[in-house]
Amino acid sequence: MQPLTNRSKVVVKKEMSLYEKIYLPAIISGMMITFSHFFRKKPTIQYPEQKREFSGTYRGQHVLKRDEIGAERCTACGLCAVACPAEAITMIAGERKKGEEKLYREEKYAVNYEINMLRCIFCGDCEDACPKEAIFLTDRMVKPENNRGSFFYGKDILVEGVEKEKRIDISRRQTAEVLEFKKHKEFDHNR
Amino acid sequence: MAKVTIDGQSIEVPDGTTILQAARMIGGDNVPPAMCYHSKLKTSGGYCRTCIVKVSKGSDKDPRPMPKLVPSCRTTVMDGMEVQNNTSPEVLEARRGVVEFLLINHPLDCPICDQAGECHLQDLGYENGAAKTRYDFPRRKFNMIDIGPYIKMHMTRCIMCFRCVKVADQITDNRVHGMINRGDASEISTYIEKAITNDFSGNMIDVCPVGALTDKTFRFKSRVWFTKPMDAHRDCKKCSGKVALWEKGNEVLRVTSRKDKWGESEEWICNECRFEKKNIKDWVIEGPRHIDRHSVISLNHYENVVAKLKIDIAKQQKQLVDKK
Repeated sequence: MQPLTNRSKVVVKKEMSLYEKIYLPAIISGMMITFSHFFRKKPTIQYPEQKREFSGTYRGQHVLKRDEIGAERCTACGLCAVACPAEAITMIAGERKKGEEKLYREEKYAVNYEINMLRCIFCGDCEDACPKEAIFLTDRMVKPENNRGSFFYGKDILVEGVEKEKRIDISRRQTAEVLEFKKHKEFDHNR
Repeated sequence: MAKVTIDGQSIEVPDGTTILQAARMIGGDNVPPAMCYHSKLKTSGGYCRTCIVKVSKGSDKDPRPMPKLVPSCRTTVMDGMEVQNNTSPEVLEARRGVVEFLLINHPLDCPICDQAGECHLQDLGYENGAAKTRYDFPRRKFNMIDIGPYIKMHMTRCIMCFRCVKVADQITDNRVHGMINRGDASEISTYIEKAITNDFSGNMIDVCPVGALTDKTFRFKSRVWFTKPMDAHRDCKKCSGKVALWEKGNEVLRVTSRKDKWGESEEWICNECRFEKKNIKDWVIEGPRHIDRHSVISLNHYENVVAKLKIDIAKQQKQLVDKK
Protein backbone atom coordinates (compact mmCIF):
# COMPACT_ATOMS: atom_id res chain seq x y z
CA MET A 1 0.00 0.00 0.00
CA GLN A 2 1.20 3.47 -0.80
CA PRO A 3 1.91 5.51 2.37
CA LEU A 4 -0.19 8.65 2.75
CA THR A 5 2.64 10.70 4.22
CA ASN A 6 6.40 10.41 4.46
CA ARG A 7 6.16 10.30 8.23
CA SER A 8 4.88 6.74 8.46
CA LYS A 9 7.52 4.11 9.08
CA VAL A 10 7.40 0.58 7.88
CA VAL A 11 7.64 -1.90 10.78
CA VAL A 12 10.27 -4.48 10.19
CA LYS A 13 9.93 -7.76 12.07
CA LYS A 14 13.52 -8.56 12.85
CA GLU A 15 14.72 -11.95 13.94
CA MET A 16 15.54 -11.75 17.73
CA SER A 17 19.01 -12.69 18.98
CA LEU A 18 19.50 -15.45 21.60
CA TYR A 19 20.03 -12.79 24.33
CA GLU A 20 16.65 -11.29 23.52
CA LYS A 21 15.01 -14.67 23.11
CA ILE A 22 15.52 -15.79 26.71
CA TYR A 23 13.67 -12.65 27.95
CA LEU A 24 15.09 -12.90 31.51
CA PRO A 25 17.54 -9.94 31.32
CA ALA A 26 14.70 -7.68 30.09
CA ILE A 27 12.40 -8.85 32.89
CA ILE A 28 15.07 -8.32 35.55
CA SER A 29 15.92 -4.82 34.37
CA GLY A 30 12.19 -3.99 34.36
CA MET A 31 11.69 -5.33 37.87
CA MET A 32 14.73 -3.32 39.05
CA ILE A 33 12.91 -0.14 38.13
CA THR A 34 9.75 -1.34 39.87
CA PHE A 35 11.50 -2.32 43.10
CA SER A 36 13.52 0.87 43.22
CA HIS A 37 10.22 2.75 43.66
CA PHE A 38 9.64 0.97 46.99
CA PHE A 39 12.44 2.99 48.54
CA ARG A 40 11.46 6.37 47.20
CA LYS A 41 9.53 9.03 49.11
CA LYS A 42 5.80 8.64 48.48
CA PRO A 43 4.25 11.56 46.62
CA THR A 44 0.71 10.71 47.81
CA ILE A 45 -0.87 10.99 51.25
CA GLN A 46 -3.80 9.18 52.86
CA TYR A 47 -6.21 12.10 52.38
CA PRO A 48 -8.99 12.09 54.95
CA GLU A 49 -6.65 11.04 57.78
CA GLN A 50 -3.66 13.02 56.65
CA LYS A 51 -3.99 16.55 55.35
CA ARG A 52 -1.57 18.66 53.43
CA GLU A 53 -0.68 22.06 54.71
CA PHE A 54 -2.63 24.73 52.84
CA SER A 55 -1.29 28.10 51.83
CA GLY A 56 -2.56 30.91 54.00
CA THR A 57 -4.52 32.33 51.11
CA TYR A 58 -6.10 29.04 50.00
CA ARG A 59 -9.67 29.62 48.80
CA GLY A 60 -11.99 26.69 49.32
CA GLN A 61 -15.63 26.10 50.12
CA HIS A 62 -17.70 29.16 50.93
CA VAL A 63 -19.35 29.95 54.22
CA LEU A 64 -22.23 32.31 54.95
CA LYS A 65 -21.44 33.89 58.28
CA ARG A 66 -23.71 34.70 61.16
CA ASP A 67 -23.19 37.66 63.46
CA GLU A 68 -22.50 37.59 67.21
CA ILE A 69 -26.07 36.83 68.18
CA GLY A 70 -26.44 34.18 65.48
CA ALA A 71 -28.41 36.12 62.89
CA GLU A 72 -27.56 35.59 59.23
CA ARG A 73 -25.53 38.44 57.86
CA CYS A 74 -26.50 37.95 54.22
CA THR A 75 -29.15 40.35 53.02
CA ALA A 76 -29.46 39.02 49.46
CA CYS A 77 -28.20 42.22 47.88
CA GLY A 78 -26.97 40.30 44.85
CA LEU A 79 -23.56 41.95 44.65
CA CYS A 80 -21.77 38.60 44.91
CA ALA A 81 -23.86 37.29 42.02
CA VAL A 82 -22.94 40.36 39.95
CA ALA A 83 -19.27 40.06 40.81
CA CYS A 84 -19.16 36.32 40.09
CA PRO A 85 -17.32 35.82 36.78
CA ALA A 86 -18.65 32.26 36.49
CA GLU A 87 -22.25 33.20 37.30
CA ALA A 88 -22.34 30.48 39.90
CA ILE A 89 -24.41 32.30 42.51
CA THR A 90 -28.18 32.65 42.51
CA MET A 91 -30.49 33.81 45.26
CA ILE A 92 -34.07 34.61 46.08
CA ALA A 93 -34.73 37.38 48.55
CA GLY A 94 -37.50 37.51 51.10
CA GLU A 95 -38.81 39.92 53.67
CA ARG A 96 -38.14 39.34 57.33
CA LYS A 97 -41.26 38.94 59.38
CA LYS A 98 -41.79 40.27 62.87
CA GLY A 99 -40.13 38.07 65.47
CA GLU A 100 -37.37 36.90 63.14
CA GLU A 101 -34.94 39.63 64.15
CA LYS A 102 -32.69 37.08 65.80
CA LEU A 103 -32.57 34.92 62.69
CA TYR A 104 -31.83 37.56 60.11
CA ARG A 105 -29.81 40.67 60.62
CA GLU A 106 -31.54 42.91 58.10
CA GLU A 107 -35.06 43.56 56.90
CA LYS A 108 -34.37 41.50 53.80
CA TYR A 109 -32.73 38.09 53.76
CA ALA A 110 -31.90 35.30 51.35
CA VAL A 111 -34.66 32.69 51.30
CA ASN A 112 -32.63 30.68 48.82
CA TYR A 113 -28.94 31.01 48.27
CA GLU A 114 -27.27 28.63 45.91
CA ILE A 115 -23.73 28.27 44.68
CA ASN A 116 -23.04 25.93 41.82
CA MET A 117 -19.74 24.43 42.89
CA LEU A 118 -19.13 23.03 39.43
CA ARG A 119 -19.21 26.53 38.02
CA CYS A 120 -17.35 28.22 40.86
CA ILE A 121 -13.74 29.02 40.11
CA PHE A 122 -12.91 30.02 43.70
CA CYS A 123 -11.67 33.44 42.70
CA GLY A 124 -12.96 35.11 45.85
CA ASP A 125 -14.64 37.99 44.06
CA CYS A 126 -17.87 37.33 45.97
CA GLU A 127 -16.01 37.86 49.20
CA ASP A 128 -14.62 41.17 47.97
CA ALA A 129 -18.00 42.34 46.72
CA CYS A 130 -19.94 41.52 49.89
CA PRO A 131 -20.90 44.74 51.70
CA LYS A 132 -22.15 42.87 54.75
CA GLU A 133 -19.10 40.62 55.36
CA ALA A 134 -21.40 37.65 54.99
CA ILE A 135 -19.68 35.39 52.47
CA PHE A 136 -16.15 34.12 52.87
CA LEU A 137 -14.06 31.46 51.23
CA THR A 138 -12.55 29.08 53.76
CA ASP A 139 -9.70 26.57 53.76
CA ARG A 140 -12.13 23.67 53.53
CA MET A 141 -12.22 21.53 50.39
CA VAL A 142 -15.36 20.91 48.43
CA LYS A 143 -16.31 17.26 48.88
CA PRO A 144 -16.47 14.94 45.89
CA GLU A 145 -19.98 13.83 44.98
CA ASN A 146 -21.52 11.05 42.94
CA ASN A 147 -23.88 13.19 40.93
CA ARG A 148 -23.91 16.69 39.53
CA GLY A 149 -27.02 17.72 41.45
CA SER A 150 -25.24 17.44 44.79
CA PHE A 151 -22.88 20.24 43.78
CA PHE A 152 -25.62 22.85 44.05
CA TYR A 153 -24.84 24.01 47.54
CA GLY A 154 -27.83 25.57 49.24
CA LYS A 155 -28.15 27.40 52.50
CA ASP A 156 -28.15 24.14 54.46
CA ILE A 157 -24.50 23.59 53.56
CA LEU A 158 -23.29 27.15 53.21
CA VAL A 159 -24.62 28.81 56.37
CA GLU A 160 -22.56 28.12 59.46
CA GLY A 161 -24.12 26.81 62.67
CA VAL A 162 -25.34 29.05 65.46
CA GLU A 163 -23.44 27.25 68.22
CA LYS A 164 -19.95 28.37 69.01
CA GLU A 165 -18.32 25.06 68.08
CA LYS A 166 -20.13 25.01 64.74
CA ARG A 167 -18.91 28.46 63.75
CA ILE A 168 -16.40 28.37 60.93
CA ASP A 169 -13.14 30.13 61.45
CA ILE A 170 -12.31 32.53 58.65
CA SER A 171 -9.56 34.40 60.42
CA ARG A 172 -6.85 32.40 58.70
CA ARG A 173 -7.24 34.20 55.41
CA GLN A 174 -7.94 37.51 57.08
CA THR A 175 -4.35 38.40 57.81
CA ALA A 176 -3.51 41.58 59.67
CA GLU A 177 -2.55 43.18 56.38
CA VAL A 178 -5.89 42.27 54.83
CA LEU A 179 -7.85 43.62 57.77
CA GLU A 180 -5.82 46.82 57.75
CA PHE A 181 -6.40 47.20 54.01
CA LYS A 182 -10.13 46.69 54.38
CA LYS A 183 -10.33 49.56 56.84
CA HIS A 184 -9.39 52.01 54.11
CA LYS A 185 -12.69 52.57 52.42
CA GLU A 186 -11.19 55.31 50.28
CA PHE A 187 -9.33 52.72 48.21
CA ASP A 188 -11.08 51.87 44.98
CA HIS A 189 -10.94 48.21 45.86
CA ASN A 190 -12.95 48.64 49.04
CA ARG A 191 -15.67 50.86 47.69
CA MET B 1 -33.36 84.16 22.22
CA ALA B 2 -30.47 84.24 24.60
CA LYS B 3 -26.95 83.00 24.13
CA VAL B 4 -25.53 81.20 27.11
CA THR B 5 -22.09 79.66 27.60
CA ILE B 6 -21.82 76.73 29.98
CA ASP B 7 -18.32 75.49 30.70
CA GLY B 8 -17.15 77.05 27.46
CA GLN B 9 -19.87 75.52 25.28
CA SER B 10 -22.34 78.02 23.82
CA ILE B 11 -25.96 77.50 22.88
CA GLU B 12 -28.84 79.73 21.81
CA VAL B 13 -31.95 79.06 23.85
CA PRO B 14 -35.37 80.72 24.06
CA ASP B 15 -35.92 83.30 26.79
CA GLY B 16 -37.18 81.85 30.03
CA THR B 17 -35.13 78.67 29.74
CA THR B 18 -33.35 77.73 32.93
CA ILE B 19 -29.61 77.12 33.05
CA LEU B 20 -30.24 73.43 33.78
CA GLN B 21 -32.45 73.03 30.74
CA ALA B 22 -29.89 74.83 28.58
CA ALA B 23 -27.17 72.54 29.94
CA ARG B 24 -29.31 69.51 29.11
CA MET B 25 -29.74 70.83 25.57
CA ILE B 26 -25.96 70.87 25.23
CA GLY B 27 -25.73 67.48 26.93
CA GLY B 28 -22.53 65.65 27.78
CA ASP B 29 -20.71 65.64 31.07
CA ASN B 30 -21.35 69.25 31.99
CA VAL B 31 -25.00 68.85 32.93
CA PRO B 32 -25.47 69.64 36.61
CA PRO B 33 -26.96 66.75 38.57
CA ALA B 34 -30.47 67.33 39.87
CA MET B 35 -32.40 65.52 42.57
CA CYS B 36 -35.58 67.53 43.10
CA TYR B 37 -36.03 68.97 39.62
CA HIS B 38 -38.34 67.00 37.30
CA SER B 39 -38.87 68.25 33.77
CA LYS B 40 -42.52 67.12 33.65
CA LEU B 41 -43.51 68.70 36.95
CA LYS B 42 -44.19 72.42 37.15
CA THR B 43 -42.53 74.40 39.95
CA SER B 44 -40.32 71.46 40.85
CA GLY B 45 -36.72 72.18 41.78
CA GLY B 46 -35.03 74.58 44.11
CA TYR B 47 -35.00 72.36 47.18
CA CYS B 48 -31.98 70.12 47.04
CA ARG B 49 -29.28 72.49 45.75
CA THR B 50 -27.30 69.78 43.99
CA CYS B 51 -27.58 71.62 40.69
CA ILE B 52 -25.83 74.78 41.91
CA VAL B 53 -23.59 76.52 39.39
CA LYS B 54 -21.45 79.62 39.29
CA VAL B 55 -22.52 82.47 37.06
CA SER B 56 -19.26 84.21 36.22
CA LYS B 57 -20.90 86.77 33.92
CA GLY B 58 -24.50 87.84 34.43
CA SER B 59 -25.30 89.02 30.92
CA ASP B 60 -23.99 91.20 28.12
CA LYS B 61 -25.75 94.27 29.56
CA ASP B 62 -24.62 93.68 33.13
CA PRO B 63 -21.43 91.62 33.07
CA ARG B 64 -21.04 91.45 36.85
CA PRO B 65 -20.94 87.87 38.20
CA MET B 66 -23.72 86.73 40.48
CA PRO B 67 -22.60 87.09 44.10
CA LYS B 68 -23.40 83.51 45.16
CA LEU B 69 -23.74 80.11 43.55
CA VAL B 70 -27.21 79.75 42.08
CA PRO B 71 -29.49 76.75 41.64
CA SER B 72 -29.45 76.15 37.89
CA CYS B 73 -32.95 74.60 37.85
CA ARG B 74 -34.54 77.87 39.00
CA THR B 75 -32.29 80.48 37.39
CA THR B 76 -33.29 81.59 33.92
CA VAL B 77 -30.67 82.38 31.35
CA MET B 78 -29.85 85.87 30.12
CA ASP B 79 -28.23 86.89 26.87
CA GLY B 80 -24.48 86.53 27.09
CA MET B 81 -24.53 84.68 30.40
CA GLU B 82 -21.45 82.64 31.24
CA VAL B 83 -21.87 79.72 33.58
CA GLN B 84 -19.30 77.49 35.19
CA ASN B 85 -20.22 74.05 36.37
CA ASN B 86 -17.51 71.41 36.43
CA THR B 87 -14.81 73.91 35.55
CA SER B 88 -15.28 75.78 38.80
CA PRO B 89 -13.66 74.19 41.88
CA GLU B 90 -15.95 76.32 44.03
CA VAL B 91 -19.03 74.61 42.58
CA LEU B 92 -17.59 71.14 43.00
CA GLU B 93 -16.66 71.88 46.60
CA ALA B 94 -20.12 73.27 47.35
CA ARG B 95 -21.78 70.30 45.69
CA ARG B 96 -19.73 67.93 47.80
CA GLY B 97 -21.07 69.78 50.82
CA VAL B 98 -24.65 69.46 49.59
CA VAL B 99 -24.21 65.73 49.02
CA GLU B 100 -22.77 65.33 52.48
CA PHE B 101 -25.82 67.07 53.92
CA LEU B 102 -28.20 64.90 51.88
CA LEU B 103 -26.44 61.80 53.13
CA ILE B 104 -26.43 62.83 56.80
CA ASN B 105 -29.76 61.21 57.51
CA HIS B 106 -29.84 58.82 54.59
CA PRO B 107 -29.37 55.25 55.81
CA LEU B 108 -26.69 53.07 54.28
CA ASP B 109 -29.11 50.31 53.33
CA CYS B 110 -28.43 50.14 49.61
CA PRO B 111 -28.00 46.33 49.85
CA ILE B 112 -31.63 46.13 50.98
CA CYS B 113 -33.15 48.99 49.03
CA ASP B 114 -35.08 48.17 45.86
CA GLN B 115 -33.97 51.43 44.28
CA ALA B 116 -30.30 50.46 44.31
CA GLY B 117 -28.95 50.45 40.78
CA GLU B 118 -31.26 53.18 39.55
CA CYS B 119 -30.97 55.53 42.50
CA HIS B 120 -30.03 59.12 41.75
CA LEU B 121 -28.58 59.62 45.19
CA GLN B 122 -26.31 56.61 44.71
CA ASP B 123 -24.96 58.10 41.48
CA LEU B 124 -24.63 61.51 43.06
CA GLY B 125 -22.88 60.12 46.10
CA TYR B 126 -20.52 58.09 43.95
CA GLU B 127 -19.54 61.06 41.84
CA ASN B 128 -19.49 63.85 44.40
CA GLY B 129 -19.63 62.31 47.84
CA ALA B 130 -16.98 61.69 50.39
CA ALA B 131 -16.34 58.04 51.16
CA LYS B 132 -16.77 58.61 54.87
CA THR B 133 -19.33 60.47 56.92
CA ARG B 134 -18.29 62.99 59.55
CA TYR B 135 -21.61 62.76 61.33
CA ASP B 136 -21.53 60.97 64.68
CA PHE B 137 -25.13 61.32 65.79
CA PRO B 138 -27.78 58.66 65.20
CA ARG B 139 -29.72 59.03 61.98
CA ARG B 140 -33.42 59.78 61.90
CA LYS B 141 -35.60 56.76 62.47
CA PHE B 142 -39.11 56.16 61.22
CA ASN B 143 -41.30 53.14 60.92
CA MET B 144 -42.16 51.97 57.44
CA ILE B 145 -45.61 53.04 56.37
CA ASP B 146 -47.90 51.35 53.88
CA ILE B 147 -49.60 54.10 51.95
CA GLY B 148 -52.29 52.34 50.06
CA PRO B 149 -52.14 48.73 48.97
CA TYR B 150 -49.34 49.24 46.47
CA ILE B 151 -46.85 51.70 47.88
CA LYS B 152 -44.46 51.34 50.77
CA MET B 153 -42.78 54.37 52.27
CA HIS B 154 -39.41 54.40 54.00
CA MET B 155 -39.25 57.84 55.49
CA THR B 156 -35.64 57.26 56.57
CA ARG B 157 -34.57 57.31 52.94
CA CYS B 158 -36.45 60.47 51.97
CA ILE B 159 -34.42 63.50 50.94
CA MET B 160 -37.37 65.96 50.94
CA CYS B 161 -37.40 66.68 47.23
CA PHE B 162 -41.19 67.32 47.11
CA ARG B 163 -41.47 65.53 43.78
CA CYS B 164 -44.14 63.10 44.99
CA VAL B 165 -46.15 65.96 46.46
CA LYS B 166 -45.99 67.77 43.13
CA VAL B 167 -47.13 64.64 41.31
CA ALA B 168 -50.14 64.39 43.56
CA ASP B 169 -50.87 68.09 43.07
CA GLN B 170 -50.46 68.21 39.34
CA ILE B 171 -51.64 64.92 37.88
CA THR B 172 -54.21 63.79 40.41
CA ASP B 173 -57.16 65.85 41.53
CA ASN B 174 -57.10 65.20 45.23
CA ARG B 175 -53.88 65.22 47.16
CA VAL B 176 -53.96 63.40 50.46
CA HIS B 177 -50.30 63.49 51.39
CA GLY B 178 -47.78 66.20 51.98
CA MET B 179 -44.93 67.42 54.10
CA ILE B 180 -45.69 67.76 57.79
CA ASN B 181 -43.59 69.35 60.53
CA ARG B 182 -40.70 71.66 59.86
CA GLY B 183 -36.96 71.72 59.36
CA ASP B 184 -35.08 68.72 60.61
CA ALA B 185 -38.32 67.10 61.83
CA SER B 186 -40.16 67.35 58.53
CA GLU B 187 -41.52 64.20 56.94
CA ILE B 188 -43.76 63.14 54.09
CA SER B 189 -46.98 61.80 55.45
CA THR B 190 -50.60 61.20 54.82
CA TYR B 191 -52.88 62.53 57.49
CA ILE B 192 -53.76 59.70 59.89
CA GLU B 193 -52.12 57.26 57.48
CA LYS B 194 -54.82 57.71 54.94
CA ALA B 195 -54.43 55.40 51.99
CA ILE B 196 -53.49 56.96 48.69
CA THR B 197 -55.89 55.35 46.27
CA ASN B 198 -55.80 57.68 43.32
CA ASP B 199 -55.46 56.00 39.94
CA PHE B 200 -52.19 57.74 39.18
CA SER B 201 -50.64 57.50 42.63
CA GLY B 202 -48.09 54.94 41.41
CA ASN B 203 -46.21 57.70 39.62
CA MET B 204 -44.94 58.79 43.01
CA ILE B 205 -42.70 55.75 42.91
CA ASP B 206 -41.19 56.74 39.59
CA VAL B 207 -40.49 60.32 40.53
CA CYS B 208 -38.89 59.44 43.86
CA PRO B 209 -35.17 59.91 43.23
CA VAL B 210 -34.29 57.62 46.14
CA GLY B 211 -35.92 54.49 47.53
CA ALA B 212 -38.31 56.23 49.89
CA LEU B 213 -41.37 55.25 47.88
CA THR B 214 -41.20 51.72 46.55
CA ASP B 215 -43.50 49.38 44.68
CA LYS B 216 -44.94 46.80 47.07
CA THR B 217 -45.63 44.36 44.24
CA PHE B 218 -41.91 44.41 43.39
CA ARG B 219 -40.66 44.52 46.96
CA PHE B 220 -37.52 42.35 47.28
CA LYS B 221 -38.49 40.36 44.18
CA SER B 222 -35.23 40.89 42.41
CA ARG B 223 -32.36 43.29 42.18
CA VAL B 224 -32.88 45.73 39.33
CA TRP B 225 -29.79 44.60 37.48
CA PHE B 226 -31.00 41.01 37.24
CA THR B 227 -34.13 42.06 35.38
CA LYS B 228 -34.44 42.77 31.67
CA PRO B 229 -35.99 46.10 30.76
CA MET B 230 -38.27 46.00 27.72
CA ASP B 231 -40.35 48.67 26.05
CA ALA B 232 -43.97 47.63 25.85
CA HIS B 233 -47.41 49.08 25.37
CA ARG B 234 -51.06 48.15 25.71
CA ASP B 235 -54.37 49.84 25.04
CA CYS B 236 -55.26 51.63 28.20
CA LYS B 237 -58.23 53.91 28.55
CA LYS B 238 -56.76 55.86 31.42
CA CYS B 239 -53.19 56.48 30.30
CA SER B 240 -50.93 56.26 27.27
CA GLY B 241 -50.14 52.64 28.08
CA LYS B 242 -46.50 53.11 27.10
CA VAL B 243 -44.36 51.50 29.78
CA ALA B 244 -41.10 49.77 30.52
CA LEU B 245 -41.42 46.16 31.63
CA TRP B 246 -38.80 44.67 33.91
CA GLU B 247 -38.74 40.97 33.18
CA LYS B 248 -37.02 37.95 34.61
CA GLY B 249 -37.42 34.96 32.41
CA ASN B 250 -40.97 35.16 31.13
CA GLU B 251 -42.20 36.82 34.27
CA VAL B 252 -43.00 40.51 34.48
CA LEU B 253 -41.66 41.60 37.83
CA ARG B 254 -42.29 45.30 37.60
CA VAL B 255 -43.89 47.88 35.35
CA THR B 256 -42.62 51.44 35.37
CA SER B 257 -43.01 54.47 33.19
CA ARG B 258 -40.35 55.04 30.57
CA LYS B 259 -37.64 57.27 31.88
CA ASP B 260 -35.54 59.60 29.77
CA LYS B 261 -31.80 59.82 30.06
CA TRP B 262 -32.09 62.11 33.05
CA GLY B 263 -34.09 59.46 34.89
CA GLU B 264 -37.33 61.40 34.65
CA SER B 265 -40.61 59.83 33.54
CA GLU B 266 -41.61 60.56 29.96
CA GLU B 267 -45.29 59.84 30.44
CA TRP B 268 -47.42 59.11 33.47
CA ILE B 269 -49.00 55.69 33.67
CA CYS B 270 -52.02 54.53 35.61
CA ASN B 271 -52.11 52.13 38.53
CA GLU B 272 -53.86 49.44 36.54
CA CYS B 273 -50.99 49.25 34.06
CA ARG B 274 -48.41 49.51 36.80
CA PHE B 275 -49.65 47.09 39.42
CA GLU B 276 -52.23 44.78 37.91
CA LYS B 277 -50.94 43.85 34.48
CA LYS B 278 -48.14 41.51 35.44
CA ASN B 279 -48.80 38.95 32.75
CA ILE B 280 -46.58 39.13 29.71
CA LYS B 281 -49.60 38.40 27.49
CA ASP B 282 -51.16 41.72 28.51
CA TRP B 283 -48.42 43.60 26.73
CA VAL B 284 -47.12 44.14 23.22
CA ILE B 285 -43.34 44.01 23.49
CA GLU B 286 -41.57 46.57 21.34
CA GLY B 287 -37.98 45.61 22.08
CA PRO B 288 -35.21 45.88 24.63
CA ARG B 289 -35.07 49.23 26.33
CA HIS B 290 -32.01 51.38 25.83
CA ILE B 291 -29.92 51.41 28.98
CA ASP B 292 -26.89 53.63 29.37
CA ARG B 293 -23.78 51.47 29.31
CA HIS B 294 -22.49 53.12 32.47
CA SER B 295 -25.47 51.82 34.40
CA VAL B 296 -25.24 48.58 36.35
CA ILE B 297 -28.53 47.59 34.70
CA SER B 298 -26.71 47.29 31.38
CA LEU B 299 -25.06 44.17 32.78
CA ASN B 300 -26.02 41.21 30.61
CA HIS B 301 -28.44 43.50 28.79
CA TYR B 302 -28.30 43.20 25.05
CA GLU B 303 -30.14 45.62 22.83
CA ASN B 304 -28.33 44.48 19.74
CA VAL B 305 -29.67 43.29 16.46
CA VAL B 306 -30.25 39.71 17.61
CA ALA B 307 -32.64 40.68 20.40
CA LYS B 308 -34.56 42.97 18.07
CA LEU B 309 -34.52 40.37 15.33
CA LYS B 310 -36.10 37.79 17.63
CA ILE B 311 -39.01 40.10 18.33
CA ASP B 312 -39.30 40.94 14.64
CA ILE B 313 -39.44 37.27 13.70
CA ALA B 314 -42.06 36.60 16.37
CA LYS B 315 -44.13 39.46 14.96
CA GLN B 316 -43.88 38.15 11.40
CA GLN B 317 -44.77 34.66 12.52
CA LYS B 318 -47.81 36.02 14.29
CA GLN B 319 -48.84 37.90 11.16
CA LEU B 320 -48.54 34.72 9.13
CA VAL B 321 -50.72 32.85 11.60
CA ASP B 322 -53.26 35.67 11.53
CA LYS B 323 -53.39 35.59 7.72
CA LYS B 324 -54.08 31.88 7.69
